[in-house]
Amino acid sequence: MAEKTVPRRHPEASPGRREDTRAQERYIAPPVDIFEDKDGLTVVADLPGVEQKGLDVRVADGILTIQGRTAHVAPGTVIEREYELLNFYRQFELPEEVDSEKIAAELKYGVLTLHLPKKEKAKPRKIEVSVS
Amino acid sequence: MPVWDPFSGLEALRREIDRTFEEFWSDRWPRVGRVAFLPGRAARQYPLVNLSEDEGNLYVEALAPGVDVKTLDLSVVQDTLTIKGEKPRLAQVSAEAYHRNERAAGRFVRTIELPAEVDAARVHADYRNGLLLVTLPKSEKARPKQIPVSVA
Repeated sequence: MAEKTVPRRHPEASPGRREDTRAQERYIAPPVDIFEDKDGLTVVADLPGVEQKGLDVRVADGILTIQGRTAHVAPGTVIEREYELLNFYRQFELPEEVDSEKIAAELKYGVLTLHLPKKEKAKPRKIEVSVS
Repeated sequence: MPVWDPFSGLEALRREIDRTFEEFWSDRWPRVGRVAFLPGRAARQYPLVNLSEDEGNLYVEALAPGVDVKTLDLSVVQDTLTIKGEKPRLAQVSAEAYHRNERAAGRFVRTIELPAEVDAARVHADYRNGLLLVTLPKSEKARPKQIPVSVA
């Protein structure tokens, strides 16, 4: 997202990796799909083990931050472990045409879907050509 | 009579280093940051599972975000558990509309050998927040038994 339109921003607001500043808590970047249609962008992220109350999605200074806290569901003592549930953290720079007031989020089966609609003026408009 | 061996200390040191490396790699490295679900055609088996137990049950926790619940199919035969299912692709998105496509999708099947025999009739599964938790009660034979000690 937003490779062509990079407006000036506060230097501290650039997308960063959480690991840089908070070493005591480990984070990983969740895999995402991002696609675009005429109405806007859709971001789909796999966040297994994240509940609604552990999820934090915010937009500030044109940067979208997805943060999720995970919790295991299995009780008992561990016999074999193939994966570790770490907390999730990832940031994206949003293009200017995204209307950050109208972002909608949905979490289902450990998958977060974010709808980022474009501003009205950024939508493609068909211009009628009149033939005289 | 002890024979002077200049290399015995060195050998012990080498073993120590080997063990440290082994523990380091096996304990941390393969597990850290592995959350991908079906990452391409990797040789590993998916979904990844964590196995735990308490006195009466075995628990299998599988990492499976975004799986279509209707396709989930679990079966238990003696001490093996088979998990089948499908993670659907995003519908109606053309390839050129993608900015990023990192989430894999597709069908999966995995068979897990359990460390104890389970009571297949009482197995139940729960799918929550993209994690599948299968609770497998151990069969009577596999449960620990208290043996009373009689004192004469």
